[in-house]
Amino acid sequence: MNRVLPILTVVAAIVVLWYGAAVAMNRAWVLDQAARAGTEPPAFGQMVVATMTQERPVLPAPHQVVAELWKGVAGQAITSKRSLVYHGWITLSATLLGFAIGTAAGIALAVGIVHNRAMDMSVLPWAIASQTIPILAIAPMFIVVMNSMGVQGLVPKAIISAYLSFFPVVVGMVKGLRAPDAMQLDLLRTYNAGGAAVLGKLRLPASMPYLFASLKVGAAAALVGAIVGELPTGAVAGLGARLLSGSYYGQTIQIWAALFAAAIVAAGLVAVIGLVERVTLRRMGMAR
Amino acid sequence: MKDTINLGQPVIAAQGLNLVFQTNDGPVHALKDVDLTIGKGEFVSFIGPSGCGKTTFLRCIAALEHPTGGSLTVNGMTPDEARRKRAYGYVFQAAGLYPWRTIAGNIKLPLEIMGFPRAEQEARVERVLDLVDLKGFGKKFPWQLSGGMQQRASIARALAFDADILLMDEPFGALDEIVRDRLNEELLKLWARTGKTIGFVTHSIPEAVYLSTKIVVMSPRPGRITDVIDSPLPRERPLDIRDTPEFIAIAHRVREGLRAGHSYD
Ligand SMILES: Nc1ncnc2c1ncn2[C@@H]1O[C@H](COP(=O)(O)OP(=O)(O)O)[C@@H](O)[C@H]1O
Ligand SMILES: [Mg+2]
Repeated sequence: MNRVLPILTVVAAIVVLWYGAAVAMNRAWVLDQAARAGTEPPAFGQMVVATMTQERPVLPAPHQVVAELWKGVAGQAITSKRSLVYHGWITLSATLLGFAIGTAAGIALAVGIVHNRAMDMSVLPWAIASQTIPILAIAPMFIVVMNSMGVQGLVPKAIISAYLSFFPVVVGMVKGLRAPDAMQLDLLRTYNAGGAAVLGKLRLPASMPYLFASLKVGAAAALVGAIVGELPTGAVAGLGARLLSGSYYGQTIQIWAALFAAAIVAAGLVAVIGLVERVTLRRMGMAR
Repeated sequence: MKDTINLGQPVIAAQGLNLVFQTNDGPVHALKDVDLTIGKGEFVSFIGPSGCGKTTFLRCIAALEHPTGGSLTVNGMTPDEARRKRAYGYVFQAAGLYPWRTIAGNIKLPLEIMGFPRAEQEARVERVLDLVDLKGFGKKFPWQLSGGMQQRASIARALAFDADILLMDEPFGALDEIVRDRLNEELLKLWARTGKTIGFVTHSIPEAVYLSTKIVVMSPRPGRITDVIDSPLPRERPLDIRDTPEFIAIAHRVREGLRAGHSYD
């Protein structure tokens, strides 16, 4: 209860502020409608109702978004083009594939950086540079180029996901693999241990807490990558496509529902990683 | 060096050993003209103020540092060859147990790396746990043990693979006096039972005198040996031997040696 109460308080405050903002921002449209019809602007009570029942509000009220979410999740067959589960799964599958590729690449690069001086000098600056390129700028080009080579659907999106998610993994794993101190390394030298033993018995286990921290960041980044990868596909499918088609047609409620669906997916991913982390670290005797 | 191995043959022999570290503040003469012979089964303590090269000398024996001059042999081989032959176990000041391995898992670490068969690993773990009086603690994780017990586990880890030389760098330096006394007593018993050659770095005069058959007094800048004392004490040593005149006489000589080293600078 001690932990839930502060969270609920914050949520309640946000909801209140949100309702206030919805009234303030959607008011102009109501006034505009009244002026066009040549009628008096509605009184306060009616005004509030009018700001929260619009089809394309500037800012949808929370209950409108929740209703749209509910409709998208439970109101359709999950194979329907209007189901958020359908779109969510399309995005999630690209996210998971990209996250897996990104994590594998990130770990491999980190191992290379720690073991090879040339890689140590050269890889990280490039990795950092790669992240300064605005993903929104290159994602459409990449999708189009891949498309022209006949590759479309899951794979190009997953590659963009991987591109965003490998970075936190590299940075975290380099730090984690270097976490063992000189004494621990010297101990292995007295056993005449080779590089593989040092990696497998010392560096990798020692890096586990760092790995999980970066996986959480990487998973969220992978989701962003998948959504961005869906934007240029001509709004076919996926949460990104829902965002895009929503903005084409001014369907703000749809946009917000898709945003919340994405947030829920991200929270779910991070929660799953957190669970695996707890189990793993406890098994390793490292949980506090 | 062609002699057959027999008792009393030098296990560690240093002649004119020098080691100069090149640092940003210029060269540091960590070891200067060190001559020392350690026979099989001896218990040798290195004592001296910080920076006199005790650690450096131990690390040279273990091939963790490489001397810049002179000669050093371990079992008649170079330190590097001796390491490949698993000639020594090294105990650091901190136990340095892996937190993600149980005590038994930690002791198995060198055995896994050296490729001992599984069944033998288990047998050895049991044996050395018994040797350091930690029977029954194999399944515990390091954080569940006190500092003294952790250090005993790290000694067990160094004993697990039958190295005949045990190198210990202030192994009990971080422990309180009472725990330390007990561990010293146990270390002597362990030494008597295993017949290992032990190199032991310490800051404490009573500890050095109580444990050693040979006490090497060192002084800093440059790091060098100022006195080597062969102890007349018997191998069997109860704790109250520390109140005997012989003990006090040796302690006195060590103190004099340390003081003489200081008057240099
Ligand atoms: N890796 C190193 N690089 C440079 N100087 C070192 C290094 N290791 C030790 N020294 C220097 O060598 C001297 C002896 O150090 P050390 O053997 O650790 O002394 P002790 O163990 O007796 O306290 C000190 O002056 C120390 O600063
Ligand atoms: Mg030292």
